[in-house]
Amino acid sequence: MKVTTQDVKYIAQLSRLNVPEADLLEATEQFNQILSYADILQKLDTTGIEPTPYVLPITNALRKDLVKEGATHEEALLNAPAVHNDGFKVPRVVE
Amino acid sequence: MTKYITVIGLEVHAELKTKSKAFCSCSTEFGGAPNTHICPVCLGMPGALPVLNEQVVEFAIRAGLALNCEIKFFNKFDRKNYFYPDLSKNYQISQFDKPICLAGHIDINVDGEEKRIGITRIHMEEDAGKLVHSGGSISTSDFSAVDYNRAGVPLIEIVSEPDMRSAEEARAYLENLKAILEYTDVCDCKMQEGSLRCDANISLMPEGATEFGTRAEVKNLNSFRALVRAIEYEVERQKEILEKGGQVVQETRTWDDANGKTLSMRSKEEAHDYRYFSEPDLVPVELDDAWVERIRAELPELPAERQARLMEEFGLSKYDASIIVASKAMAEYFDEAVKTAQDAKGVANWLLGDVSAYLNNAGITISEFKVTPAHLAELVNLTKEGVLSSKLAKKVFAEMLKEDRAPKALVKELGLEQVSDEDAIMKLVEETIAENPQSVADFKAGKERAIGFLVGQIMKKSKGKANPTMVQAMLKDKLQ
Repeated sequence: MKVTTQDVKYIAQLSRLNVPEADLLEATEQFNQILSYADILQKLDTTGIEPTPYVLPITNALRKDLVKEGATHEEALLNAPAVHNDGFKVPRVVE
Repeated sequence: MTKYITVIGLEVHAELKTKSKAFCSCSTEFGGAPNTHICPVCLGMPGALPVLNEQVVEFAIRAGLALNCEIKFFNKFDRKNYFYPDLSKNYQISQFDKPICLAGHIDINVDGEEKRIGITRIHMEEDAGKLVHSGGSISTSDFSAVDYNRAGVPLIEIVSEPDMRSAEEARAYLENLKAILEYTDVCDCKMQEGSLRCDANISLMPEGATEFGTRAEVKNLNSFRALVRAIEYEVERQKEILEKGGQVVQETRTWDDANGKTLSMRSKEEAHDYRYFSEPDLVPVELDDAWVERIRAELPELPAERQARLMEEFGLSKYDASIIVASKAMAEYFDEAVKTAQDAKGVANWLLGDVSAYLNNAGITISEFKVTPAHLAELVNLTKEGVLSSKLAKKVFAEMLKEDRAPKALVKELGLEQVSDEDAIMKLVEETIAENPQSVADFKAGKERAIGFLVGQIMKKSKGKANPTMVQAMLKDKLQ
């Protein structure tokens, strides 16, 4: 599978990454190199093998429904670039 | 002109009634000061790890069983990736390809017609934070303020099949679903607080068509009225487009309740590419028969069973029973009242008549109704025993609404006891006959209607307190 500069632009936008126009070709090439590794994996016959999203033999790591104090309001907002009415201030969200 | 068929599917988000959030121990309490129920996990701090609240699984199974679903034993979570500030992690933890429940249904009844509405799936996920937009509305705001108190509150999303064909069917489905979620105690279903939210997928297709038309998804439906109005609006909007030969655009629209219309909502998020993948920070959850069967055994009586019981045990009509069971609180009030009432049908009549009218007028629910079930039962008994005529009972009820007091005491205090004393009534009958010779003559001449006038005169003399059945009988007796 080959990705194009268009694909890279789209994925960059989805990831909120700013890829300068001058770097696009190089990024596309690197992208394809990474994906070519998947091509090797594609050659393996995986019929009858269940997908393995989890490798650890652990299930049901559950906690009881108990309330514990988390962070304070002040601590929570320490990382906020801007604050408005006790909330995290963010730019306009619609087009 | 082409006739169109409306096709509706609903996606309902129900916040689960847990004490703590889905993946961290923060409180789920509604209405706290902004950003006070938060921690590194629900703020999406790097390195913070989620741990699943077992009560979330418990509630999801319970809801699934009550909605006739098949419960899937193998469960995992997935990341739904999107950039929108309501979730600080840039993904929502949800279930994508392995939802906990599949293939359920709800039976509805619209205008006497039974219909089964399919439930495609139910999955567990986390709620997002709340954005408060500057400048009043999302489209005019320059910036927003985010409150993450709600981020991470557990939800189940219940997705219906596109089986509904009218706003009334959609309403009936949502009403029944809400009742079941209330009965099973998994959600408090406060639509105005957003703990039960509904999105509607609406499309039109020409009669006889085999394929559905292009749908619009309408969000922000936070009341039954909004749901019905939004569907009606969308049907008209789409019909107009189709009749002009146009094409409905597949899009998300938002319901503007104040202006009564749906508006196209173009969000900056790339809504169509969520790039789901398995959530690596949470291990799978495996259910087994013992777990599911224990929950099945603990299921409470559900609305449909309760309706059947009220019909069988108390002889209520299907319609009356269905209205009483639609609200868990109303059904509990009824059950409490009939413990001491001699006339269950009488209790139902009060609840569906004057009590409901009062609640609607006052804009409150039965949980806030101050007349106790025992007092309503006493009022019903006083009528049944003939102490109060139905007219006087309404008078006593009006007093009870001012202050919840025992109706017996109020009857005494207001001097409202119905007079059933034969001598006293006879005295009134005789007086009235003496005072109205013309009417008496009319009656004897065969004018049946004259008796009505005479009865009216007697009731008036008694200030409405004479037992009307006795008055009627004794008057006739005397005149013959």
